[in-house]
Amino acid sequence: MGSTLQLDEREQRWLSGADGEAMRLAMQMMVTAADVSDATEFVEIEFAHINSSFYSGQVSLDFAEFLLANGGSFAVPTHTNASLIDCSTPELRAEHDHPVEVGGARRLMAIYAELGASAMWSCAPYAEPTGRPRQGAHVVGSESNAVSFFNSVLGARTNKYGDFIDVCAAMTGRVPLAGLHTDAGRRASHVFDLTGLSGEELADSTLPHVLGIILGHEAGSAIPVVVGLDTATEDDLKAIAAAGGTSGAVEMFHVVGVTPEARTLDAATAGVVPAGRTIVDSALVRSTRARLSTSTTAPLSAVCLGTPHFTASEFAGLRAALDGRPVDGRVQLLVTTSRAVLAEIAAHGWDDELRSLGVQIVLDTCTYYSPRARGVDGLVMTNSAKWAYYAPGILGVDVAFGSLPECVDAAVSGKVGRRD
Amino acid sequence: MRGRVLHAGAASAPAARLDAPLSFWGGFDPVTGRIIDQAHPQVGESLTGRVVVVGGSRGSSGTPGVLAESLRRATGPAGLIVNKADVNLTAGALVAEALYECVCPIVLLDDASFADVGSWPGIAITNDGTVSPIVSETASP
Repeated sequence: MGSTLQLDEREQRWLSGADGEAMRLAMQMMVTAADVSDATEFVEIEFAHINSSFYSGQVSLDFAEFLLANGGSFAVPTHTNASLIDCSTPELRAEHDHPVEVGGARRLMAIYAELGASAMWSCAPYAEPTGRPRQGAHVVGSESNAVSFFNSVLGARTNKYGDFIDVCAAMTGRVPLAGLHTDAGRRASHVFDLTGLSGEELADSTLPHVLGIILGHEAGSAIPVVVGLDTATEDDLKAIAAAGGTSGAVEMFHVVGVTPEARTLDAATAGVVPAGRTIVDSALVRSTRARLSTSTTAPLSAVCLGTPHFTASEFAGLRAALDGRPVDGRVQLLVTTSRAVLAEIAAHGWDDELRSLGVQIVLDTCTYYSPRARGVDGLVMTNSAKWAYYAPGILGVDVAFGSLPECVDAAVSGKVGRRD
Repeated sequence: MRGRVLHAGAASAPAARLDAPLSFWGGFDPVTGRIIDQAHPQVGESLTGRVVVVGGSRGSSGTPGVLAESLRRATGPAGLIVNKADVNLTAGALVAEALYECVCPIVLLDDASFADVGSWPGIAITNDGTVSPIVSETASP
């Protein structure tokens, strides 16, 4: 094994079962995780965003019920990732159509609330103040876009923790010191050079989504550093994070001049010459973007926005693009977001205004999850590369990928077009 | 040969060798026990009751849940032989044992041993990580 992991008194106590079977299992999991990753010490975490609260079969329920029955509790603020269901829109996935999944998800949501998790139910925790860990904090992330956003944009430190491990880390308040928790693990070694793109191409709001797909395809297990995108907004970085974790396994990226650990290219690479280099030119952007659409000609049934969950600034963009025009009666415009962001836009009256134009605001869940949300079939348009990448396989729908204004124009006219 | 024990246990079963890593979430159906990832070379193959020889898991953080769910349903592998220290598969096996007393040993082999094992029709794993071919009765001297 080679590992010389030392346990302190409290860790030994948890492992002995003296504090109950839930803590014993949690500590056993963390020792196993340390062993497998060759870590010789743990590091304390400040925050967790967990995905085990997503129903993926009876085992999800059995695990959570075991913890509840055996005195499990969380050592750090612990927030829940998106769920399968929207409690405020039960008809979106009707329980009588999907009794096992919907009933299971409902029960699981209740158990995690009882265990003391905060009911965030969002894949974009960073869109609300309590979901933004400080720079340098060790945290636990699980959902791929949130992991990448925490690491890349906020400068917090997390690996991507899978089912059960996320919860066990939150219960024990620690993770093995390995991977992205270490300085060496965060060093960029693959450059993505955008300096050949025109000003117009750089300003295209679909570029960050497409770039994320390219990072995922090309980077492998290397950490990417992007050169030539120094005007990226936080919503742009969110799009890169989501797409990079979709087409590949990007858990962290740097953007020179924008993200906190990449003031310069040298800072991101720690002065080491990068092993990989990809020139992101017009042809690569165009071909990657084209592959995100399966059809643009079938009759449009829905427009899905908010993967990951829409932020308040994205809602501002939606209002501007709609400009008071109502959604066509043949099309559903679905926007997924979190309870906290809804409260934020409701303070400005935007939710009532959008609903009066025919926009459906969906909470807690996403529209690409299976079972399929009501009305999401045939041809669906989205501005999210993540939605476009997953939905054809998961839901069997056709997808048209476009910018937010193009999506809005399609929802208003009932037809997919391109604004150029 | 002997590998590093990632999850202890014993198994003895026909082998299923996978030519690419597998994302259990979205790539494996815990109801049928079959690979459903259309892009995987062994799509359609059943892993139920097999000692599965696979480089490791990939992709989603949902892999531990799907592996544990398949072990609960008795549609999952009898054991796993991997070539990378895979924390997600190990977490799934750990929880399945804690909740259901289902044992799915996981052994990590180095590159050369991993390549050798790929040609064995049946594989036995013991508690200490010893991995050996199963010699059928008719073939033994």
